[in-house]
Amino acid sequence: MKHTISVVVEDKPGVLARVSAMFSNRGFNIHSLAVGPTHIEGRSRITLVCDAPELEQLQKQLHKLVNVIKVHEFDSSTAVVSEVMLARVACDPGSRGAANDTGALFGARVVDLSEDSITFEVAGDPDLLQAFIDHMTPFGIVDLVKSGRIAMKKQSNMRPAAVSGMSR
Amino acid sequence: MSNQNFTGSKSLLRSLEHEGVEVIFGVPGGAILPAYDPLLDSPIRHVLARHEQGAGHMAEGYAMATGRVGVTWATSGPGATNLITPLQNAMMDSTPLVAITGQVASTAIGSDAFQEAYTTGLAMHCTKHAYLVKDADDIPDIVHEAFHLAATGRPGPVLIDIPKDVLNQETSWRKPTLAGLPGYRPTYEGHPKQIKAAFEMIEAAERPVLYVGGGVIAAGASEELLKFAEQMNIPVTTTLMARGAFPDNHPLALGMPGMHGVYAATTAIQRCDTLIAVGARFDDRVTGKVSAFAPEAKIVHVDVDPAEIGKIHKPDVPVVGDAKAVLESLNERARKLRSEKAAPERRYWFGLIGGWKKNKPLHYDQLEEGPVKVQHFIERLHALTKGNAIVTAGVGQHQMWASQFWGFSRPRSWINSGGLGTMGFALPAAVGAKAAHPDETVIALDGDGCFQMTCQEMITAAVEDIPVKIVVFNNGGFGMVKQWQNLFYGGRLSASEMPIEVPDYPALAEAMGCVGLRVTHPSDVDVAIEKALSIDDRPVLIEVVVDPEEMCFPMVPAGGSNDDVITGPEDLP
Ligand SMILES: Cc1ncc(C[n+]2csc(CCOP(=O)(O)OP(=O)(O)O)c2C)c(N)n1
Ligand SMILES: [Mg+2]
Repeated sequence: MKHTISVVVEDKPGVLARVSAMFSNRGFNIHSLAVGPTHIEGRSRITLVCDAPELEQLQKQLHKLVNVIKVHEFDSSTAVVSEVMLARVACDPGSRGAANDTGALFGARVVDLSEDSITFEVAGDPDLLQAFIDHMTPFGIVDLVKSGRIAMKKQSNMRPAAVSGMSR
Repeated sequence: MSNQNFTGSKSLLRSLEHEGVEVIFGVPGGAILPAYDPLLDSPIRHVLARHEQGAGHMAEGYAMATGRVGVTWATSGPGATNLITPLQNAMMDSTPLVAITGQVASTAIGSDAFQEAYTTGLAMHCTKHAYLVKDADDIPDIVHEAFHLAATGRPGPVLIDIPKDVLNQETSWRKPTLAGLPGYRPTYEGHPKQIKAAFEMIEAAERPVLYVGGGVIAAGASEELLKFAEQMNIPVTTTLMARGAFPDNHPLALGMPGMHGVYAATTAIQRCDTLIAVGARFDDRVTGKVSAFAPEAKIVHVDVDPAEIGKIHKPDVPVVGDAKAVLESLNERARKLRSEKAAPERRYWFGLIGGWKKNKPLHYDQLEEGPVKVQHFIERLHALTKGNAIVTAGVGQHQMWASQFWGFSRPRSWINSGGLGTMGFALPAAVGAKAAHPDETVIALDGDGCFQMTCQEMITAAVEDIPVKIVVFNNGGFGMVKQWQNLFYGGRLSASEMPIEVPDYPALAEAMGCVGLRVTHPSDVDVAIEKALSIDDRPVLIEVVVDPEEMCFPMVPAGGSNDDVITGPEDLP
């Protein structure tokens, strides 16, 4: 079962290494990882998507790390979840228009263009990114990179609106 | 380096003095050299070990004998890597330790400089926390935090890595604070709701048993444990790490449970209806096959480390808290709620236990003509010292026999490597314990195999005037390994035998500044012990040539169910 976990840490040397090392030491798998500063000076947030049959044990082990301040699991129904993806799609002048139209449906931005490919930047809910991949696969995906999932607890019960009128 | 200026190293020494450190066990070298200079002017004693592993185990022995934080230091690179075994050992056995390592200059870090190792990275998995000091001004706070982390919550080792230029940096010292640990808040008091639930479950039990681990010793909770056990009339098992937490001569004491545990202790856990685990972590050496462990029991689990609760076995009532605080709360409830009532009699339960004790006691045969049995020697040593000693052990058969046959009467009188099973622990740990308690008799009960791993620390003991007693049980090799090969590998002995005549242990002892004695016959035993006990100006080694064929029982084969205890050779197929 995949979990999205937020870990607020002191911004000290070696913290990320400790957190990720704990995962490998205890046999938990990390699928994605995003790290960055928070609005509070000296605090960073690590957002992880991981496989953990024993979530409680994982959270306790995280808490044991001295520089870990807060651990929180997101529940997809009460969190805004987002990810950025760059995807390079194969196309020739003949198929370029179709690829571009498909990208536009996902609110994807064209960030690079060459004779035989278009590179899109897409951001949003992980399901949206997956749908983008599914629709681009027939063209041929040449390269792909994801930023790692980030999340934030919602203050309302709005459904995350996808761009261009595509809701989940 | 200028001696006039106040430097990082002076700040370090000042900080260690501020923490009340009396002794540092260490070995010098380039990167830690700046710290050795102000050491000359400090009241802190330095014990020069003959190997950093020895220094680390000495600091552990010191910490385990006193409950205070043990301190070891070493140079960068090989000095630091030699400390890894003691760090992991302290991690597994929750021993409060502060290890300080020199590091190459900050500007050289990452350049594969001479004697560089990524020490904080290496220590990541074997410390509670590890610091790399980047500015000498941070030394007072970091040292203070390190001692706080090592000693509080679940104790453990903390490493401070200090680059040489930081040790030489000009700085000043100020009184440290603990402002820097926003995420560290150990829970000591058990939650009242959980205490209530635990008490109700225990109160309703008909066949309860206490499963006491090293956490009781770490928390200094022996008195509370005794009170609780007596008040509720509950039998007590003490794990390898908890030997001494409850007096073995008490009628409620069952001794050690598990792989080489006493039959009655192991079986009481198997047949109990309520298991009260306090400061214990359901180690595989105790549980055997987890799914078959204590199959009829409801479980209360008390531990200061929340991650231990539910890690191996889901308890019915978890209580996060310090063993002392929680037992005190339980005692208070018992006092209030049971004031009118006598302690439950549990006739049926004690009847069962009494039967196991009587029918399956620890046993061995000491033939008059020899060979000497380790068990016999330990019993004689206990009798002649009246049990009035701190004993340490190595790892193997002799360790199990020491735990089984030495009757413990007080906490911190048994010092061994439980979780990691580190051969070579006994002698340096004894040196550390004796440095802490110079007026007590400290005896290392060691195997010939283990002893050879750190025997050079005899020199340390002799030269530093730390007169420990050392018993080397010479069974011509790795008895425990041989036992496994005999039982599980069809008797094909592979690399488990060593010549019984080499080395000449008494001669080795004499060469290293100690007194060397040898026992080969049962009639020599008492004479040698009395001689060793009469010498207290030099360390004494007794080599005891023992039966190489003796196996250690009871035994539950690894991974087997604790229902299937082999109590002696007579049970073997
Ligand atoms: C550092 C280390 N290496 C290897 C082992 C594996 N091991 C466990 S017990 C043992 C034999 C110990 O021999 P000895 O000290 O003579 O004790 P005995 O079993 O003979 O009493 C060995 C090799 C270990 N525990 N620690
Ligand atoms: Mg041996």
